[in-house]
Amino acid sequence: MNAIELRQIHVHVQQKHILKGIDLTVEEGDFVTLLGPSGCGKTTLLRTIAGLQKLNGGTVVISGNKVADGSLAYHLDPAKRGVSLVFQSYALWPHMTVFDNVAFGLQVRKQPKAEIRRSVLAALDKMRIPELADRYPGELSGGQQQRVAIARAIVTSPSILLLDEPLSNLDAKLRTEMRAELKRLHRELGTTIVYVTHDQHEAITLSTRVAVFFGGELVQADTPRELYRHPRTLQVAEFMGSSDHPLNRVEGVCRTSGGESTVSTALGSFRLSGANGGADAAGAVVLTVRPEDVVLHETHTAGSIPVKVEDVLPAGGETLVRVAYGQEKLGARVIGDPEYTPGRVLYASFREERINVYDRETGRRLETGVTTITPLLEEIHR
Amino acid sequence: MLHKPVLNTRQARWLNRCRDALRNPLYLIGAAALLFLAYTIVWPVLNLIWSTFVWKTQDARLTPAADPGHLTLYHWSRVLASDMSWSLFYKPVLNALSVGVTVSALSMVFGCGLAWLVTRTDVPLKKTITFLAIIPYLLPSWMLSQAWLTFFKNSKIGGTPGILLSVLHVTPPDWLAYGFVPIVLTLSIHDSVYFFLLVGAALSSMNSQLEEAAEMAGAGRMQVLRRIVFPLMLPSVLSGFILIFTKAVSSYGVPALLGTPVNFYMISTMLYSSMRSRLTTEANVLSLTLMLITMLAIYLNQRLLGGRRSYVTVTGKGSAVTHVPLGKWRLPAAAGTVAGMALIAVVPFIVLLLQTFLLKDGSLSPDNFTLHYWAGGSDPNINTGEKGVLQNPIFLLALKNSLIIAGIASVAAAVIGLLFGYAVARGKNTAMGRLVDQLAFFPYFIPGISLAAIYITMFAKPVLFIPALYGTITIIILITVVKELPFTVKAGGAAMMQIGPELEEAAVLGGASWFTRFRRLLLPLSRKSLLSAFILVFIGAMKEMELIIMLVTPRTETLTTLTFYYVEKGYDQLTNVVLMIIIAIVVAVYALAVKFGKADLTKGWGGQ
Repeated sequence: MNAIELRQIHVHVQQKHILKGIDLTVEEGDFVTLLGPSGCGKTTLLRTIAGLQKLNGGTVVISGNKVADGSLAYHLDPAKRGVSLVFQSYALWPHMTVFDNVAFGLQVRKQPKAEIRRSVLAALDKMRIPELADRYPGELSGGQQQRVAIARAIVTSPSILLLDEPLSNLDAKLRTEMRAELKRLHRELGTTIVYVTHDQHEAITLSTRVAVFFGGELVQADTPRELYRHPRTLQVAEFMGSSDHPLNRVEGVCRTSGGESTVSTALGSFRLSGANGGADAAGAVVLTVRPEDVVLHETHTAGSIPVKVEDVLPAGGETLVRVAYGQEKLGARVIGDPEYTPGRVLYASFREERINVYDRETGRRLETGVTTITPLLEEIHR
Repeated sequence: MLHKPVLNTRQARWLNRCRDALRNPLYLIGAAALLFLAYTIVWPVLNLIWSTFVWKTQDARLTPAADPGHLTLYHWSRVLASDMSWSLFYKPVLNALSVGVTVSALSMVFGCGLAWLVTRTDVPLKKTITFLAIIPYLLPSWMLSQAWLTFFKNSKIGGTPGILLSVLHVTPPDWLAYGFVPIVLTLSIHDSVYFFLLVGAALSSMNSQLEEAAEMAGAGRMQVLRRIVFPLMLPSVLSGFILIFTKAVSSYGVPALLGTPVNFYMISTMLYSSMRSRLTTEANVLSLTLMLITMLAIYLNQRLLGGRRSYVTVTGKGSAVTHVPLGKWRLPAAAGTVAGMALIAVVPFIVLLLQTFLLKDGSLSPDNFTLHYWAGGSDPNINTGEKGVLQNPIFLLALKNSLIIAGIASVAAAVIGLLFGYAVARGKNTAMGRLVDQLAFFPYFIPGISLAAIYITMFAKPVLFIPALYGTITIIILITVVKELPFTVKAGGAAMMQIGPELEEAAVLGGASWFTRFRRLLLPLSRKSLLSAFILVFIGAMKEMELIIMLVTPRTETLTTLTFYYVEKGYDQLTNVVLMIIIAIVVAVYALAVKFGKADLTKGWGGQ
């Protein structure tokens, strides 16, 4: 059974159309991340699943039960949906001890005292903070508050756990620690988790599936690997790269003759292959290749082009080398810390299977493979 | 025939919408708030306006043209353009305006000076000065008038003369004893505290780095003051000015004590005497004028500020304040300030207290001391047989009434403020939330005495399920709650604003009903603000005069109206005994709140 089924979700907030027809299915036990820049609607979607946000159209089905239906203006109470939410700000009640914060939901449900005590201590144990039970939220560090917030969410053993940018308020070191912690928690609890973040790195590390949002629309929902390798649009491709290692883009023109498509770019020509042979490719396209898929050689090898080193940015274990081929600039991510002086000539080649081709007009990826036609210009250059 | 009730989509949709709306606490509270505000504020004001345009039955004795129930402009023309207009309307309006402006200006000078001294200089005894500055607020403003008369009363209105005449044998001239000068002075002394608190708060939260940055840019001290400090303080100063202006213009107790003996009428006192001489409609026109003046003042304030209500931003960063060294003026400044404030706050109190023990005013010989006025029995030679206060059943009734009124009204006002504040804060993006906010502020425009005048007619007979409230304690509690709404709703809204909606949403996900959320989250989290509101309303209600003077009946006599009764009879000592008891109660409640509730009055005025 699917944990969550979203069909054609439309949400308006203060007359603004925030979510525009979202379809998404979350399987039981999945760790799904809703990823996107701020303002893309991912938090709104999370709140819609939780029932804190009313929807204007579409249906939400949780564990086989319909909990919201836009056409009937039907919304089941948030508390009856079997979901828990960890808020971005944690939303711990400052006037209650950690114990009371975690126990609140159980007290409201009028469970026996002894049982509440047992469940709360178990939840605190799971988050490895049993010693904090009598403290107040104001006395805790950010990381501890985060653990309390999660403990509060899991104490009712919800079938679905929703997390709204839970790590955004932590410093870099704590964030890494909590990431591992969340992964452990997912393994141990086996709960379905829906996680909102704008950090693509976090999304890839944690999730079994990632859903990418732009402007209130779901653009791609895939496994992290597939998402990273084959971003469906240029926008997603750009977003999945980090600011440290920006994606390399090469503009080109596609021509088809005799059932064969070739793309000519400033870096050379490439042949398109694939299911449809790139037949729908016509006109302007964009080739993308990640910096780690650009290989630099010190001597000329087959299929490589000569490039000039412009800049070397070491970052400890790896180095970003910025090179230029004529007017085209490329970034290459190299393991180790090679010492190239600017101006030196190196030879660059691409991992063909990692090159993606996009229609420049629509920004959509073409379902095609790429093979390099031996670069022609190297002799001229030499 | 089997009849299966199948709802079509539209019906189901409608049903679900209704169910959601009925279960949404925000809508329920908002709707209740709007109903309450409509009935207690909007309807009375509309009624008041309407009443000035129709003939009444009793108008027949004024003019044969009267045609009861029909529209007319007679009342307006009678007030605005007849041979009695000057004394009934224009003169009181001019008096009120000149008193208002002068009091605001004087308070600004006192209040800003004091605020600067306390927050920005290294003057010693800051705590003492702040404490002394609060005292006048705790006292009824007309206590100062009473003290003034104790000093400066001359033989014009009979009774025992003031200390100046009886001890020093100097007859104070009328202009010093009564009218404009003493009214302005006593009101200014009392109201400066608002300026002090408002501007003080703004000054202390202004980062000294702003001034230092200007100094680094080469500005001299005067330039810094003129181009940086003054513009930054302007919003608070202007707000303070308007606040005090509106208070002074509509004040009743002080002009009644100090103005009426020399026929110096302000709108409020003229309103009261018109009501008493059954010129109800004329009084209503005066009420509207007073409301109009208040609204105009506040509109002007908004226009001048143009949306910049305050530059003070809370950053959470403690702003460093560097104090201006006063040098050799340090001690004289402190001594002068403390002495001056003691003269204002403490001396009148001591004089009045002393007076309660004197059988006859003005003589300090040992055989003149007595406890008669506190606890003595009836003696036909003193005050025509009026008993000592503690022996007097009327006093005990008034004490009980006052405590009941202040107690219930303050709790009710604080809770209602919180609930309405909830509707305002959570519904701030909805028309309903904004409407509650604006309507709740409306009583601010209605002078207490006008509101009372409306309520008399409105609650004189039963309407629907509401019984005739006139003559009951309930109406006095109700009017107190309504009059305090602008303050309590602002405070409640601010408190609710500070409680993030996600704190409540977390509880919603936990399955807590709204009542549970209110009891376990909202109430404890806004405890401090609730307590401040409670204290302020309690103190206000204990000293309240203009609001209730027209509504009380012998059965609902309160301590304040009892003092006024004694004043009118000329029983000075008895007046002062009751005054002392009022002050004792107010101070005791304040002290308890500070000690046990950590309430801080100096932080209570955020609303304006």
